Amino acid sequence: MPEIKVTPLGAGQDVGRSCILVSIGGKNIMLDCGMHMGFNDDRRFPDFSYITQQGRLTEFLDCVIISHFHLDHCGALPYMSEMVGYDGPIYMTHPTKAICPILLEDFRKITVDKKGETNFFTSQMIKDCMKKVVPLNLHQTVQVDDELEIKAYYAGHVLGAAMVQIKVGSESVVYTGDYNMTPDRHLGAAWIDKCRPDILISESTYATTIRDSKRCRERDFLKKVHETVERGGKVLIPVFALGRAQELCILLETFWERMNMKAPIYFSTGLTEKANHYYKLFITWTNQKIRKTFVQRNMFEFKHIKAFDRSYADNPGPMVVFATPGMLHAGQSLQIFKKWAGNEKNMIIMPGYCVQGTIGHKILNGQKKLEMENRQTVIEIERCEPGCCHLSLEVKLQVEYMSFSAHADAKGIMQLIRMAEPRNMLLVHGEAKKMEFLKDKIEQEFTINCFMPANGETTTVITNPSVPVDISLNLLKREMALGGPLPDPKKPRTMHGTLIMKDNSLRLVSPEQALKELGLNEHQLRFTCRVQLQDPHSDPDTLSRIYTHLKSVLKGYTIQHLPDGTVMVESIVIKVSSSAEEPNTKVLLLSWSYQDEDLGSFLSTLLKKGLPSGLSSM
Amino acid sequence: MAAHLKKRVYEEFSKVVQLPQEEAPAKKLRLTKPSKSAALHIDLCKASNPTDALQYLLHFARSSVEAESVEGVVQHYYKEQDNSVRLKIASLIGLLSKTQNFNPESILDDTLNTFNTEKSHQVLAQLLDTLLVIGTQLPESLIVRHRLIEVAYKHLSDTYFGVRNKCLQLLGCLGNVDTPLNKDGQGLVPAVIGDAQSLISDYFADQDPRVRTAAIKAMLQLHERGLKIQQTIYDQACQLLCDDYEQVRSAAVQMVWVLSQLYPESIVPIPSSNEQVRLVDDSFGKISHMVSDGSWVVRVQAAKTLGNMLQVSPHFLEQTLDKKLMSDLRRKRTAHERAKELYASGEFSSGRKWADDAPKEKVDTSAVNLIASGACGAFVHGLEDEMYEVRIAAVDALSALAQSSASFAEKCLDFLVDMFNDEIEEVRLQSIHVLRQISTNITLREDQLDTVLAVLEDSSRDIREALHELLCFTNVSTKECIQLALLELLKNLTKYPTDRNSVWKCLKFLGCRHPTLVLPLVPELLSTHPYFHTPEPDMDDPAYIAVLVLVFNAAQSCPTMTALFSDHTFRHYTYLRDSLSHLVPPLRLPGRTQAPGVSGIEGSGSVESAQLFLQQSLSRISTIHNLQDPGAQDLLNFTIRDLQRLGELQTELAGAADFSATYLRCQLLLTKALQEKLWTMAVPLCLKHNAMATAAAKQMLEETYKLEFLYSGLENRQVATIHHVRLQAKALQLVLTARTRRGVEPLISVCEKFLQEVESFQRLFVVELPHLQESFVGKLLDLSPKLSACKPGELVKILQTTLRQSGFLNLKLPKQVQRASATIIEPTGESDNPLRFTSGLVVALDIDATLEHVQDPHNTVKVQVLYPDGQSHVIQPKPGDFRSPGPHRHRLITQVYLSHSAWTEACQIEVRLLLAYSSSRLCKAVWSDSSTEGLQPAEGATEGTIPFGKPVKVFIMPKPARR
Repeated sequence: MPEIKVTPLGAGQDVGRSCILVSIGGKNIMLDCGMHMGFNDDRRFPDFSYITQQGRLTEFLDCVIISHFHLDHCGALPYMSEMVGYDGPIYMTHPTKAICPILLEDFRKITVDKKGETNFFTSQMIKDCMKKVVPLNLHQTVQVDDELEIKAYYAGHVLGAAMVQIKVGSESVVYTGDYNMTPDRHLGAAWIDKCRPDILISESTYATTIRDSKRCRERDFLKKVHETVERGGKVLIPVFALGRAQELCILLETFWERMNMKAPIYFSTGLTEKANHYYKLFITWTNQKIRKTFVQRNMFEFKHIKAFDRSYADNPGPMVVFATPGMLHAGQSLQIFKKWAGNEKNMIIMPGYCVQGTIGHKILNGQKKLEMENRQTVIEIERCEPGCCHLSLEVKLQVEYMSFSAHADAKGIMQLIRMAEPRNMLLVHGEAKKMEFLKDKIEQEFTINCFMPANGETTTVITNPSVPVDISLNLLKREMALGGPLPDPKKPRTMHGTLIMKDNSLRLVSPEQALKELGLNEHQLRFTCRVQLQDPHSDPDTLSRIYTHLKSVLKGYTIQHLPDGTVMVESIVIKVSSSAEEPNTKVLLLSWSYQDEDLGSFLSTLLKKGLPSGLSSM
Repeated sequence: MAAHLKKRVYEEFSKVVQLPQEEAPAKKLRLTKPSKSAALHIDLCKASNPTDALQYLLHFARSSVEAESVEGVVQHYYKEQDNSVRLKIASLIGLLSKTQNFNPESILDDTLNTFNTEKSHQVLAQLLDTLLVIGTQLPESLIVRHRLIEVAYKHLSDTYFGVRNKCLQLLGCLGNVDTPLNKDGQGLVPAVIGDAQSLISDYFADQDPRVRTAAIKAMLQLHERGLKIQQTIYDQACQLLCDDYEQVRSAAVQMVWVLSQLYPESIVPIPSSNEQVRLVDDSFGKISHMVSDGSWVVRVQAAKTLGNMLQVSPHFLEQTLDKKLMSDLRRKRTAHERAKELYASGEFSSGRKWADDAPKEKVDTSAVNLIASGACGAFVHGLEDEMYEVRIAAVDALSALAQSSASFAEKCLDFLVDMFNDEIEEVRLQSIHVLRQISTNITLREDQLDTVLAVLEDSSRDIREALHELLCFTNVSTKECIQLALLELLKNLTKYPTDRNSVWKCLKFLGCRHPTLVLPLVPELLSTHPYFHTPEPDMDDPAYIAVLVLVFNAAQSCPTMTALFSDHTFRHYTYLRDSLSHLVPPLRLPGRTQAPGVSGIEGSGSVESAQLFLQQSLSRISTIHNLQDPGAQDLLNFTIRDLQRLGELQTELAGAADFSATYLRCQLLLTKALQEKLWTMAVPLCLKHNAMATAAAKQMLEETYKLEFLYSGLENRQVATIHHVRLQAKALQLVLTARTRRGVEPLISVCEKFLQEVESFQRLFVVELPHLQESFVGKLLDLSPKLSACKPGELVKILQTTLRQSGFLNLKLPKQVQRASATIIEPTGESDNPLRFTSGLVVALDIDATLEHVQDPHNTVKVQVLYPDGQSHVIQPKPGDFRSPGPHRHRLITQVYLSHSAWTEACQIEVRLLLAYSSSRLCKAVWSDSSTEGLQPAEGATEGTIPFGKPVKVFIMPKPARR
């Protein structure tokens, strides 16, 4: 039986270093090639030795598909393609292709330049790797080779995020990457058509969460910012450079525009500027509002948001500053926080989750006095601004938490399943415990199989693909000519023909044509049968008695009594002979061809019963 | 323009040059056979290949189609081999059947015959389309219908989807709606024809989605035509909701809705359980499910449909706003619930702790239903949708449902308030409007009001004004709310001073609605102090006026409040009562002498008494039988004065009073004109002296146009009266012309025209003629046979005497007469700073005006700009510039572009609004059937404009361009 195998190398019952191997219809595909943020050793990258112990991966993989530019989905790409070795095509959408190298370069800089790691991929490797990328458009079907085709759908998670359908023949797999079913200020909602894949591989970050409406959160956020600014306070929003930052920028920008506000908004520069440029370019990937209004004004050309300079932090009066990084563990956001923390008029809004141990996490938990025992942070401060290195910092400013996350929640996942109607479901990119719950739910509500393999564990799904067969027109026409009711698409209908399997294709043709094509002679297959019959009459009489008998039984058939002493029923020949010893025991010889099997066997059973007595012998 | 003309010329020129050979024979043939169809036929015969033939046909279709052209076309049909040509011919036949004065029945047989020979599916589909046209042209003929339906049945099993589509369409449009009765009279009717319904429903499962859609649409069509659809279809329709194709799903949503309206109370079982629900609830759940469909077209359709399902049970309805939140498998409360709780516990919204939304109790995993069965959260999804079309549809549906259910209104409040933050202005605006519509059912909580008020800072004027409108109708619960609202409104006022009027009006209603809540705030609002005198606030401060408007309106129904006022407050009251009388109500002030008098006049009975006064004045006028009566003029004069004053005092009756006054003024003018001395003078002498009479005639004409077009609510009777006055004025003009002009020639045409007008008047107001017996026209019509025969001189004489002898025609007032009015709010005309711009370039001037009681302002209202040199421009505003904030009210916010050559100094231009009218508009409405008659255009030509509203002066200064 044909089967599809799915093996997660990463992201199996886990979040981070997404990397899933799929083999379908004899093709091997790698979905995503990410890194794990939590590790600094070998566990950081997926274990490619699973594919092959030595040598390059090229001959084992048909293609690699990257769903979006987040590092946990593309971080290991240069490592895989350049250091392990892969020369085949890498597919990603245009925005991903544009933004991905920026992030990789940034990642490389931090690891190599700051942490001083060696044996890491170089800038040149990133460039070489990107040369292997083939860009994808939304809803464009790309033929990887003759049989394998892929198609991207909108996923909404970040700019350029895509879900991919992988199809070989009639078997297909859909991989969602990360996706979001509720639209936000700059991206639309994920969408897929009813493609009924054999397996839907879905992320399940929020498998056990149903989120509140986005509007409440937005309104809260805006209200808080508005109030603080009106009070004359300063607002600090630590963000990660890409994704949510743009959403919040749009949110604030439109709010400023609507409410006619004057307080400045700053964005700490860095890779953001480059990324913002791409946001401006890839308007088609954004939501309805931005797409419709960009002719008048591109929403990413911010009117109120300006680049931040370090000196601005001391300016009097209200302002809003977006600064990186998001968890307040280092860099500009921490510097600004230190400056503003002492004033209760100010506010800090944490738009995302903070890892334990960071300052962000501490202040979110309500710590009012911060001891700067963290060595790294102190170094950071000393490096940036030697003057302000206190060892303890009093936190007077207001601390707010706002969750803006762009993953589908449990309801969203169910909605996607409803849209795509898969035959099997496979969960990745989530915690095992949470997956368990969602798995039960899916199996219960859709009555489909749901799998959640761990890393390195292979899930096999047996498919039942329909096999297309070409039928020759002549055969169809002949069938039509035979009459019968008009074809009904819902009822199967039997017909005779010859199935030719040749060169990976199946054809149904008439037997004559098949013989001709294959250069074979036609062989007649005839069945012969002897039936003994007790009959006192002479042979010819018996024959004519049989003739009359058959004539009375088989109405509507052509029955001939031929002069050479045979009876023909259609193409079945009946002869009568008797031995000299027992003239009363007649031996009937029946002979019929394979095609008349039905009639022949009927006749033989009929004649075995003997002839009725009341027949005249003519 | 010139370039364009030039191009045209070249175009035509080149045409002649290029095609002389082809054109020539065609022209010759046309000379011998003038019929266009024959020409076409010949063309077709000549056409050597299908492309040519097609070109001829296309050319033929582009020019206007004559009825006789059919035979040629049909004849050619049989001969034609090419499919595309036959297809075009088939479509031409359909086009022909639509033209007027053509009897489609005549080609029915021909068309039906073609079916026997036709092989091409496309052509068959087109032929069926043609049949559909024929069928709709002949709705009464049963036999034709049956024949057509028979054809449709025959081709229903065609293999081409287009043919099946058309057949279904045909069945839907023409299928039998009545119960199938096989009458003997119509032997043509085969038994099957009766049951179109079951036949169509068979095609719900067709393999082609287009045919499925067509089948559902055909069924809906049958429903629209009055057939009662059977309930058995319900299950099929529900299955179609999960179809793969969006157009099928969209149509199925409609189908399910129709069934839910037909059989709301019947009971359907819930699959996989023993329970049963009402059909309307079941379908509500199913359609709610479609709100999270993959296709936005379906989502819009579903959201819209939900708004039309008012019979749904409240239990199901409330589920649409329900979304159980959870986080890590623990139940979470929504932000809405938290806000409500905070409010209930008395704590002011904190929400400033991380994880104050931390999930509480653990959720039972088996009980969580992730795919919301039924209606769960439909609106939550709809309002969060990506496409604003869906969101608007959802908001509208919410509004419809909330208006029918108070408890639902209460529940959906939070969601609507959230929509105030939408990214698309249209959605925000719509949700504000909706909230206003349902605000009778709800009271806003403080935290909700807070959110609502935050929108007051929006930079869009529409949003702010809609919000003011909303606040006018809002109920709030505490005095803090009032304070909050006042504070925000004052903030709004300082930020956007142009909102002054709107804010004041808003506070007026706020005060009126919540007198008891305002009362405790009064000392604070007026900043009075028990011991000390506080400084007197500035009377011109809009913010102070705003506070006073709130307080005075509250004091109207709260008599104890006045005790809290300080002296200057009373002074300010009298000032405001005079200057802003529409905002400040009359108050019963203790110890003030003028107070009782004022309130006495304007008490509740005042409208009736004013009405009575109006009636009396008019009846007094009716005692005048002849305008020549002595004292009649004085009476008219006094009455006009009375009516004008009444109109100023009583705004409700302003329209009626003005209307009657204007009418009477016309009569007065006529009387005066007729009493001129000139009538007694000899003709040669009066040449110079008739200036006054001519002016009177002219003014009368103008006034009649005002009467006719400026007032709304007129009935035919009044229109007749007005036209009558106009005739009188025209007669007067005619007589005057006759007296001043020498010679008969110019007079003849004028007389003819006048007679035509009399005739058309007669036609127009046949019904009203009995009432006009004694009047000018009545008398004139008595003489009418003589009139048309007599010479101009005689006619003039007759007119002169009739004018003098005719009686006074009484004015009957209709119930409601409203005068169209316009006020230009912006520009205010107060600015001393000229608008500077470079001459030759344009400057945009923002105009903001309110229009009241103007019908169809999009076509009638124009802006006129008058330059000091007498030049004037009339600008037609775009239809999008008009908004309608309320019934009979319109708002014009537009920009006019000014330009002029350089001036030496700044000067004022005048901007005013014009009401354009054309009498043809009215005439067509009155007798549309005789529009073909030749008289019409001459009469309909009277078009013009009436200035209305006060003009505003704007200082502008075009500077010479710097080189």
